[in-house]
Amino acid sequence: MEEKPTDSKTYLFDKPKNVKILLGCFYGSLMVLLFLDLFVSKHPYFPCEGWPEFYAVYGFVACVVLVIVAKYVLRPLMKRREDYYD
Amino acid sequence: MIDTLPPAVIFLLGAMLTPFFKGKWKSVFMLLIPVVGFLNLIQIPEGNHCTVHFLDYTLVFCRMDRLSFVFGTIFHLISFIAILYSLHVKDGIQHAAGLVYAGSALGVVYAGDFFSFFVFWEMLTISSIFLIWARRTKAALDAGYRYLLVHAAGGLCLLAGIVIQVNQTGSIAFGFLGLNGLGTWLIFLGFGVNCAWPFFHPWLTDAYPEATITGTIFLSAFTTKAAVYALARAFPGTEALIWIGAVMAGFPIFYAVIENDLRRVLAYSLINQVGFMVCGIGIGTELAINGAVAHAFNDVLFKALLFMSMGAVMYRTGKINATDLGGLYRTMPLTCIFCMVGAASISAFPFFSGFVSKSMVMDAAAGGHMSVIWFILLFASAGVFHHAGIKIPFFAFFSHDSGLRPKEAPLHMLLAMGLTAFLCIFIGSFPGPLYSILPYPVEYVPYTAPHILGQTQLLFFSALAFTLLLLAGIYPAEIRAINLDVDWFYRKGGRLFFLLMDKGLNGLNHWCDLIFVKGIAGWICRLSKDVAARGALLVMVSFWIATGLRDERLSIRKLNLYADIMEGNWPAGISAGVAVAAIFLVFMMV
Repeated sequence: MEEKPTDSKTYLFDKPKNVKILLGCFYGSLMVLLFLDLFVSKHPYFPCEGWPEFYAVYGFVACVVLVIVAKYVLRPLMKRREDYYD
Repeated sequence: MIDTLPPAVIFLLGAMLTPFFKGKWKSVFMLLIPVVGFLNLIQIPEGNHCTVHFLDYTLVFCRMDRLSFVFGTIFHLISFIAILYSLHVKDGIQHAAGLVYAGSALGVVYAGDFFSFFVFWEMLTISSIFLIWARRTKAALDAGYRYLLVHAAGGLCLLAGIVIQVNQTGSIAFGFLGLNGLGTWLIFLGFGVNCAWPFFHPWLTDAYPEATITGTIFLSAFTTKAAVYALARAFPGTEALIWIGAVMAGFPIFYAVIENDLRRVLAYSLINQVGFMVCGIGIGTELAINGAVAHAFNDVLFKALLFMSMGAVMYRTGKINATDLGGLYRTMPLTCIFCMVGAASISAFPFFSGFVSKSMVMDAAAGGHMSVIWFILLFASAGVFHHAGIKIPFFAFFSHDSGLRPKEAPLHMLLAMGLTAFLCIFIGSFPGPLYSILPYPVEYVPYTAPHILGQTQLLFFSALAFTLLLLAGIYPAEIRAINLDVDWFYRKGGRLFFLLMDKGLNGLNHWCDLIFVKGIAGWICRLSKDVAARGALLVMVSFWIATGLRDERLSIRKLNLYADIMEGNWPAGISAGVAVAAIFLVFMMV
């Protein structure tokens, strides 16, 4: 149920421009991180740790897998009405 | 001989004296308890103190060493923070319960023998349950009873193990055990219940979100961390713990993604973080134990910070489901910032506290060439950022505008959150003081270029996944629903059990009644009367015929006699007479 805001003040992220700036900074920092990876010498325990951009790819894939499994496997199996136990 | 005051005593005495103070003095008094406790703590020298001889055993109420000192320190610190956060509460029961709970946790940590350990362990359960029941809703009452039953079962398991162990070794000293024999296995499982191992865990996700706003801060700190301490004391290097820890770190994040109640999301992430500690204890090297203990220390702080920020939201809005919240950054900016500090700390961003401790466990796993474990932990690290790091702040403070414009949290809550947030950043930026009190000397250097870069990449690209999935509409929408967990087995299973017992045993009762009570007993009764009647008739009819009775009068006499015997005063009277005669006979013969 959406309630009407009790004030008409505009806040930081009410302006779409600010959200765009934030996202722009975020995407920019991702680029910087990918770029820096090429210059840092690594001391890997496992061979895959030494692969270029390993952590970036792993972080991204892990979260996509996490969300897909949670949404399409776990939720259909486990979701019940809020009064299920009552 | 009592030479030092055990840390638990100060809290327990404090809890007893709190009701005698009113208003501001009460606040001052309660805040002084952890301060005085800590001053007492730091002057206790290493070694066993407060030993009491009891029967043939020696009870040790204050065993001070490096391991117990770290846990003692964090328990004092979090008590101070939690008390500060709960100053607005007028309910005396909650204050007393919180203090007794903190005292019991200290009792567990400083107990040097099984007896006092077990007593304080049970006090943890008893005192914490009042923090759940104090919410005074039906859901809290029910969850509290389930919490009590699970912990009672765990406590009995522990007690059985202790009894077997003490019987076998003849000593009640509590120290390193290792898994060897039934007794130690039962103790191990007893610890596991409090530690929220997989399958034992639903008491946590069931009860913590039902507790009071302030109670959850206490709860999130003590029970699981006391269990982590117990495992670190008795079972370091036990291989089973590595796998248990990895599963704990892994599975809750899936639940956290689809959970709607934000405090329940935090409860799942609590299990996930304890998984890192359990795993570290299982690996058992000096680095791993240091990592597990340091992570316990940090987790108490950032998990409390997250629970406090959600508590403040709940205090101001009365809502906690992600579906009801959103856009609160507008009017609760400080709470929002503190929440994000907690989120950054639990996600192990560089310069936040999680970074300097979680990486020790990860490196210990990697150094031991446990590749599968390492990959699971790395997955869990990305996942925890996903649900605790982004989901919590995003759905509460940003996301869609719920239209709610609550006031900023009260001053004492802001102070408590601010202090905790400061500690999270301080420990993350200057890990030296924390490293100096860990059980083993620390040579670990968390801030190396590849480590900082790798971790930042992991987190930023997790955030990218979240952003893209959200923009694409794939991210699971928050739904008003609950998710089944292992507690189904005793919540629904409990009902099935009741149904089985009801239909089964009561049905059995009913049939027994029909067959034995009404059937066979009645038949035997009738038979015995009938046989007696027929016997009597046989004798009497011959007698009557001999005396000349015939025809109608004979048949009336027969009917009367038969009816009299079947009516039944005679047999009872006769058997009573026979019984008395027999007793008299026996008496005479003796």
